Amino acid sequence: MPDKHLSTQFDSELNMVSSRVMELGGLVESQIRQAVYALSQFNSDVADQVIENESRVNSLEVEIDRDLASIIGRRQPTAVDLRLLLAISKTTANLERVGDEAEKIARMVKSIIKTGNSRSLPASELRVAAEMASGLLRKALDAFARLDTQTALSIMKEDDLIDREFDGFLRILITYMMEDARTISASLDLLFIAKAIERIGDHAKNIAEFIIYIVKGDDVRHTSIEQIESSLK
Amino acid sequence: MQPVTPNQSKISVKNLNFYYGKFHALKGINMEIPENQVTAFIGPSGCGKSTLLRTFNRMFELYPEQRAEGEIILDGENLLTSKQDVALIRAKVGMVFQKPTPFPMSIFDNIAFGVKLFENLSKSEMEERVEWALHKAALWNEVKDKLQQSGSGLSGGQQQRLCIARGIAIKPEVLLLDEPCSALDPISTAKVEELIIELKQDYTVVIVTHNMQQAARCSDFTAYMYLGDLMEFGPTEQMFFKPQRKETEDYITGRFG
Repeated sequence: MPDKHLSTQFDSELNMVSSRVMELGGLVESQIRQAVYALSQFNSDVADQVIENESRVNSLEVEIDRDLASIIGRRQPTAVDLRLLLAISKTTANLERVGDEAEKIARMVKSIIKTGNSRSLPASELRVAAEMASGLLRKALDAFARLDTQTALSIMKEDDLIDREFDGFLRILITYMMEDARTISASLDLLFIAKAIERIGDHAKNIAEFIIYIVKGDDVRHTSIEQIESSLK
Repeated sequence: MQPVTPNQSKISVKNLNFYYGKFHALKGINMEIPENQVTAFIGPSGCGKSTLLRTFNRMFELYPEQRAEGEIILDGENLLTSKQDVALIRAKVGMVFQKPTPFPMSIFDNIAFGVKLFENLSKSEMEERVEWALHKAALWNEVKDKLQQSGSGLSGGQQQRLCIARGIAIKPEVLLLDEPCSALDPISTAKVEELIIELKQDYTVVIVTHNMQQAARCSDFTAYMYLGDLMEFGPTEQMFFKPQRKETEDYITGRFG
């Protein structure tokens, strides 16, 4: 926030809750990275670790919600403060969902390892999309911390690339399944992983929309990029 | 500042300047007060919001050093240059003050007193009018059995509602409220706020308040004033969620200073 409130206590409460969001974001980001690592190495231990850490993500979300309720109840925030707190609430929910996706990936990795035909699958093809998605989330958190609307806009554009990457992967997967019916079961697991990665990109995009909401007061969900772009000028 | 064009304007303020001696307290105010709506004036102490309110019924004329220039048009007539008896203007534009000011007389007479100045009512008509005003002010049930007791025996919240009843008994068109709840507890405040929302069906209400949440709760339009200027005037929802000016946002979010 650019200017300070008359109440320094209010400022420190807002800073506190904002930094917890960043903490949650960092945790979730590392969950994705671990899950993707588990996928690329077919490492069951790392996947287990991701599943275990998921409860920390959940409890952080609950704590942030409690802090938000307390600030809203005690301070009755208005204007930009109100928008910030509403956006934090939604961002937190999105981050928790990203955590769920990371856990989902970890579970699928374990399932593929169990079926035993991991090596014959195009898992490495997912790497690019996975890296794009986690990079996009990091960028979104960064932009959130700085309330940077220009970066938010570029995140929305980049999410389209992940969606296209997902479509490409789907075609590859179909080829695999047509060539060898025995890979179908594991391929479906891989499909769910690809979908999870694609969802992570969507969550990053949602967070980017909340940044514009805080700064401009405009709800840009379900709005075209062109419209958003012109409203930011 | 973007002008608001409400459905219909009850009071048009045009290029209003106000002076306390040499002090320039209101600087070229232009605004339209919408009819049958609640308009709130907010701003830090000394910003001119009470001054502006007091020009609407020429209350300032009680003090020789004070003068207003410009136009305040009510029903097509400029109040500032009107040849009308100022008492008639004040019958049309009633006012309730920060501290409850019951007259040292019975509850009944508190209300009947003002009515007698303007209307010649029979006893039964007067009784009807008093009951009507007390009903309107949500006070009837609390005082109906003690109408002949002194008004000053009521609680602060009841006294304030008595003053509102007195204000509406003469059937004004506009009701000005200057910090009507600042001396009241939260329960009395809630009752007065309920009343304000009720009253707008029949009257145009203008309220000055230091309590921003109160403006947010019970007004339809909000004007933010600072150092004699009207900084922003718009629908309350917009003013509290997405004000157009940074100055407004700073004040509303408590960043002012």
